[in-house]
Amino acid sequence: MSDQVKPTSLASIAGNRVSRTPGSAPLGTGLETRNLHAWFGKNHVLADISLDFASGTVTALIGPSGCGKSTFIRTLNRMHEFIPTAAMAGEVLLDGKDIYAAGVDVTKIRLKVGMVFQKPNPFPSMTIGENVLSGLRLAQLKQSNKEELLEECLKRAGLWNEVKDRLNAHGGSLSGGQQQRLCIARSLAVKPDVLLMDEPCSALDPGSTLRIEETIRELSKTMTIIIVTHNMQQAARISDYTAFFLADGHPGEMVEVGPTSEIFARPKDQRTENYVTGRFG
Amino acid sequence: MSITESAKVAIPEPRKISTVPRFSDRVFRVVVFCGGLSALIILAAIAIFLGIRGFSILSQTGLRFVTQYEWYSAINTDGTAGEEGSTFGIGAMLIGTIITALIAVVIGVPIAVASALFLNFYAPNSLRGFLVAVIDLMAAFPSILFGLWAFNILMPSGEYWAKILHKYLGFVPFFDVSAPVFTRSPFIAGIVLAIMIIPIVTSVSREVFSQTPLDRIQAAYALGATKWTMIKAVVLPFGSSGIVGGAMLGLGRAMGETVAVFTVLNIVFQANFQVLLGAGGNVASLIILKFGEASIEEINALMAAGLILFLLTLLINMAADLIVNRSSRKGR
Repeated sequence: MSDQVKPTSLASIAGNRVSRTPGSAPLGTGLETRNLHAWFGKNHVLADISLDFASGTVTALIGPSGCGKSTFIRTLNRMHEFIPTAAMAGEVLLDGKDIYAAGVDVTKIRLKVGMVFQKPNPFPSMTIGENVLSGLRLAQLKQSNKEELLEECLKRAGLWNEVKDRLNAHGGSLSGGQQQRLCIARSLAVKPDVLLMDEPCSALDPGSTLRIEETIRELSKTMTIIIVTHNMQQAARISDYTAFFLADGHPGEMVEVGPTSEIFARPKDQRTENYVTGRFG
Repeated sequence: MSITESAKVAIPEPRKISTVPRFSDRVFRVVVFCGGLSALIILAAIAIFLGIRGFSILSQTGLRFVTQYEWYSAINTDGTAGEEGSTFGIGAMLIGTIITALIAVVIGVPIAVASALFLNFYAPNSLRGFLVAVIDLMAAFPSILFGLWAFNILMPSGEYWAKILHKYLGFVPFFDVSAPVFTRSPFIAGIVLAIMIIPIVTSVSREVFSQTPLDRIQAAYALGATKWTMIKAVVLPFGSSGIVGGAMLGLGRAMGETVAVFTVLNIVFQANFQVLLGAGGNVASLIILKFGEASIEEINALMAAGLILFLLTLLINMAADLIVNRSSRKGR
């Protein structure tokens, strides 16, 4: 397959999805950002991002490398602040409440807004079962029926049938794609409302990628998903909305957001069109 | 070409791959080779020296040298060996050495691990640099100064703690005492040694903790971990081999330490397992205690004692390597 992306094919993929209307959820639910800025030291990397993620939608963030997508997604569950020089301004509202407000317990935010990383990162010292339930231990949550939860999470992540007979094997014994689904199952165990996925398939082969996409589709019935991806077919296949980010010598900004089929078929901004048709990036 | 034809082609031997190093590279190679070998040569030289000097005593006394508790040197007025015959046994000293070193590890390692965790995960940047410098300084501090400080300052308060331990935990055989003498005990020597091994154990643990993969740390935080639960689930399993390695290095150091222990320990030629009692043994301290006025025969016996200490340290280091290699496969 060539790298050249044909706009028509993307739009038709996106058109196959039953698109939810923007703004169908009332304000004050789901996740919203208001005038969000981010810095690393003196480097202004994100400028003035205001975006809504309604409950139960899948939003894809696309854009060339270095445009601030990953930084943006990391501000949404306060993983941004782990980088020593990181700073931010603006607001991130979860069900109407600012997650950066003084007095907020950051660990509780991360329970509601889970995250799956680019590289599968199961805990190697734990078994498959322990990995899935590790969030309970880490967040010191009480859970009575662990067996049930374990099965439910693995089923939702589409991994149950492959691992049900070897829950006591180590996480490292799985393939890359299975490890990534294990990481998804792990984030589901603490019952988040929102799942952030930072290029979850970029280290995986096409077959594994398809499995993850099926999983995302299943999960989107019950939770809000925000996914960073470089794969525009993927964005078209799985997302309801797409936001295009660009940093053209300036801090990264959001150029355009809309229903995925619109973004790929009739982008309003010339820069979006150039990007989705493969003219740059 | 058909398959049958190609099958006839002989499979060649793998070629020898080599390169001719430049002159400058060859010179450098010799230099680093000498550097690398020097440690081995020096260590071997010491072992051979101790072996030769100690051989006569070891062959005379045999295994009794390490099992016997008495140390008596019969000396004639002219300094030659006396007629009564000397008895050289370092059993009590060996037991004492191991006990004080273990006390040092039990007290020192938890403190060192805690300080390594603090430095890596809790300390603000400004404080971290300062504290690391202080700990490095502590490692380079002359041990006689530790000894003097311990004798004058630590011992009185150490006695106080020892009495408390005895009062409340006296039913444990280790904390019992047969006579109310709490000064110059293995317990106090162990505390001094604990202080002395903290820098090395801290820096080894810190080094390993700092190599914890960032993606695992982030994964833990993304699951709602607190700093402490993250450390328990990610950093400690990853760093366990480093902690064990550091503890073993500390144990080796504690067993070989001489001056500081000699200052605070009452050397008694009896096996004493009551750590709070003011009677202990230590091979290195024995050497320093007897060396000044020893006859030639006794000096040879001290060399033999040194050889045994050397072998014991070697054994511990080998055990450390084994444990580190085995546990490092898990959790990585």
